[in-house]
Amino acid sequence: MPTAVTSSQIEETIFQTLAELGPELEDISRDATLEALDIDSLDLVEIAQVVEEEFGVRMTTDDVALIRTVGDAIDLLYERVLQQS
Amino acid sequence: MADIAVGPRSKKVSPAHGCALVTGASRGLGAAIALALAEDGWPVGVSYRTDDAAAAAVTVAIQDAGGEAVPLRGDISNPELPDTLFATLEERFGRVAVLVNNAGIRQDGLALQLTDADWAAVMETNLFAALRTTRRALRSMIRQRHGRIVNVASVVGQRASPGQSNYAASKAAMIAMTKTVAAEVARRGVTVNAVAPGLIKTDMTQDVSGEVVGFIPARRAGTPEEVAACVRFLVSDAASYVTGVTLNVDGGLTA
Repeated sequence: MPTAVTSSQIEETIFQTLAELGPELEDISRDATLEALDIDSLDLVEIAQVVEEEFGVRMTTDDVALIRTVGDAIDLLYERVLQQS
Repeated sequence: MADIAVGPRSKKVSPAHGCALVTGASRGLGAAIALALAEDGWPVGVSYRTDDAAAAAVTVAIQDAGGEAVPLRGDISNPELPDTLFATLEERFGRVAVLVNNAGIRQDGLALQLTDADWAAVMETNLFAALRTTRRALRSMIRQRHGRIVNVASVVGQRASPGQSNYAASKAAMIAMTKTVAAEVARRGVTVNAVAPGLIKTDMTQDVSGEVVGFIPARRAGTPEEVAACVRFLVSDAASYVTGVTLNVDGGLTA
């Protein structure tokens, strides 16, 4: 299953999950920073849960510390999916 | 006052939306708590370590009263157990909306005599197990924007009780964990509170000297039902704005 996952699928999931956490969908882009979107550490934990359920990859607390923008999160997760496949 | 945000409040969730897990529920406080939550309509997971007959009795008592319950055997200090407990309950009753961390043990002795093993056993069951079930419960609670966690601590976590340094430390840590986790998840409509029983008449306190009663302003020991009533309140919608507190149930002992 992970081999079929594309970067755009991950992007769609991340965008949708972020939108459920508060930010307007039109404000969400790859370049948007989590800080600007008012996404906090608890939100990130929730996103990590969704990602784990959808794609079977885990985000660690070290990973989360490296994420500044939405694009960072998407790239990191895609990298993890590729590593797993 | 108009500028002060008052919402969104946590969801009001009835027992139709999930179930409760009570650890150490085959007797004493845990059994009383399981029965009280079942009376409020919560299907209850009766988690216990070894006493099959006692757990069955609690389950039957709940079912006879028109409630739903399932006995769940296993040592809560086993790190793998929480996943099993939650998976079983989620399949049978839906999400675990209420978690009561009640399982606890004592291995008393003066600090000079207590071994590392005495400390480890008490910390594993009283603290680490509660941490693991809490972590597992929060996964769905934060997504659902609702959850109730009640930790059964002890007044011994707040004042000296010679001969119980390990037990006291585990309960003090539980109170600190309660406050911290409560602050972390409050904005998701999840409340985390503790009750701190004083001297309560249970099997666990059978060996406590009757002279202790003289130090209690109420001049009597409490009952498991009196503790369960407080847990019931903290779990209810009426307590939706109460989080991070430790409710002492001790007849005035710590007043």
